[in-house]
Amino acid sequence: MPHLITHHSVVQYLFDGSFSGLLTAVFESYAARHCHVALFEQDKARNNFFDPVVIITTTPEKALRVWKGLKKKLTTALQVEYYSAFLAEDAAVMQQLFNYARFVFDHAAGAAANYGHPAVMAVQQMAQKVSRERHRMKAFVRFQKTACGLYIAAIEPDYNVLPLVRKHFKDRYADQRWLIYDRKRKYGIYYDLHAIHEVLIEAAAAGTVVHAAEMMLDASEALYSTLWKDYFKSTNIQERKNTRLHIRHVPRRYWRHLTEKQLG
Amino acid sequence: MERIREKLRILADAAKYDVSCASSGSNRKNTNGGIGDTGSGICHSYTEDGRCVSLLKILLTNFCIYDCAFCISRKSNDVKRAAFTVKEVVDLTMNFYRRNFIEGLFLSSGIFKHADYTMERMLAIVKKLRLEENYNGYIHLKTIPGASQELVREAGLYADRMSINLEMPTEAGLKAVAPEKSHTEVRRQLATVNHQLIRFNDERSMIRSVPKFVPAGQSTQMVVGATPETDLQVLQTAAEFYTAYALKRVYYSGYIPVNTDERMPLLNSQPPLLRENRLYQADWLMRFYGFAAGEIVNAAQPHLEMEIDPKLSWALRHPQFFPVDLNRADFKTIIRVPGIGRQSAQKIIATRQFGNIYVYQLQKMGVAYNRAQYFITCTDALNRYTDKDPQQLRALILKTVQSKYASLLAPQLALF
Ligand code: SF4
Repeated sequence: MPHLITHHSVVQYLFDGSFSGLLTAVFESYAARHCHVALFEQDKARNNFFDPVVIITTTPEKALRVWKGLKKKLTTALQVEYYSAFLAEDAAVMQQLFNYARFVFDHAAGAAANYGHPAVMAVQQMAQKVSRERHRMKAFVRFQKTACGLYIAAIEPDYNVLPLVRKHFKDRYADQRWLIYDRKRKYGIYYDLHAIHEVLIEAAAAGTVVHAAEMMLDASEALYSTLWKDYFKSTNIQERKNTRLHIRHVPRRYWRHLTEKQLG
Repeated sequence: MERIREKLRILADAAKYDVSCASSGSNRKNTNGGIGDTGSGICHSYTEDGRCVSLLKILLTNFCIYDCAFCISRKSNDVKRAAFTVKEVVDLTMNFYRRNFIEGLFLSSGIFKHADYTMERMLAIVKKLRLEENYNGYIHLKTIPGASQELVREAGLYADRMSINLEMPTEAGLKAVAPEKSHTEVRRQLATVNHQLIRFNDERSMIRSVPKFVPAGQSTQMVVGATPETDLQVLQTAAEFYTAYALKRVYYSGYIPVNTDERMPLLNSQPPLLRENRLYQADWLMRFYGFAAGEIVNAAQPHLEMEIDPKLSWALRHPQFFPVDLNRADFKTIIRVPGIGRQSAQKIIATRQFGNIYVYQLQKMGVAYNRAQYFITCTDALNRYTDKDPQQLRALILKTVQSKYASLLAPQLALF
């Protein structure tokens, strides 16, 4: 028996996990008048066999229309929150982002300030976590200077925060070439004194590329990383030692990319 | 390499007792195609004692002609001495900054030969950074007591923040341990910079191109626990300096004994970290929560309670203020509730427009409900304050919210 899709039944949407895909899904739900949508990412889908499935084809024009609509209803700060929460790459939050968009469209302007609504709350909370990670990456990136004058850094953030820190690094390090590489997501951003480019390094090559670059560090690199490690030790006050507080601020998972946490 | 390593060790070690690490509050932009900007106040790392590492905090030299009892660099101490050259400080700053290790430089110094001789060298460093290296990162300059007004004013054109330390909370306290220093001199310098700041701001409102002058403002530091002042005296001094010189921050530094001196606490006595933390909490209440120093402590109770934070302490002493009705109270009233911060209060007020406030919402808005519950009413929470007397309530709260901060801040206490 074919499914009868009514106003009230749940429809499953499969989308590609991209931001445009998410917004396209919102668009389609209005076009098809689906009020109850369960959103799944294609490869990670754990959809069920009972409810009907709609495959969402990401369409930039549709996505843009939805984004423009959201922009009209959301303050700049809330737009950033919305995008930040998306960068968490979290399945449950994707659903909440979908619900959030619908909630905002279905209500008068200002609805997004209703922290009593579960989607508003969930998006806001996740955005806060992503923002914390963004702050950490601004702080914890450690550049090494290579012989050819390029400053390189590797990071492994919990969330996909490179898009949120590019402007910060571009503004600050405008007169030096740099590359920040996300080892977890296997892509980086490279600044060539003019613009930022996204760079992909093939998974297999990733290790060797970074390694090769390390082999050709600038002559001054050893001096300044040693001086930094010395400084880190000297500035500590032994009488106040407090490892618990230290680890709360600098969780262990970040240590491997922090110069001051390397031995020697 | 060994020589510069040794200098850095000596001069970072001697500088670390200055607690200020703020690097925010300025707004220098990288508009000259150079390097660096300020404004975000990032902590790039944390020391093993849990303090923020944001700035390269060093002394230009630890040679000093003064003999302050609380200071490791004082003249009479037999310690290794060193001095950086102007170029060494500039190179260190630039190379650390380019690697994203730091937000900038915090430069202070012992008094080498005399005040102006030292101040001139500090000025040379900041000028070189700004004018030759196109450096727009943060600079905090601790000015030298006794330096001439001209030098101090010129330095203000290049520094983001300037400070000069009160050291001890009262003039009498300072005189006892540092006879060569005085609050009068501190006031003179703070006033010089503050006047210039006001003048530049006035001019900038008419002429856009007026240069920046100490855009992150001024700060000062008091050592607590070295001399016998009460918290009331400490907070009154802070409040007075905040208003008189428009200070951005007052820092409190729990004294760590570094010298054997009969005027000072014994070596190896514990630094008063919990007291220091309570002072910061009180300071926070004065700056952002509308509390006056006299509300937090008073003549009858001149010390902050160590067991509970100052806001809770105030709340327990003012039962007539509670309960606060979260469906009606204004912002200023809501932020006085223990367990509710400014952010949560803003959310409560925003959410109120859509309907009444319920307990489950409060928890999600970041309210510490454990604590707040005794002081509020909302749609589904009735007044639980008036059915207990403050003593009972205090015991109850202490039991349920065993201060996690107390154990974080004073690990040595956690042993008991
Ligand atoms: S003037 Fe400064 S450096 Fe010199 S002894 Fe006094 S506190 Fe120490």
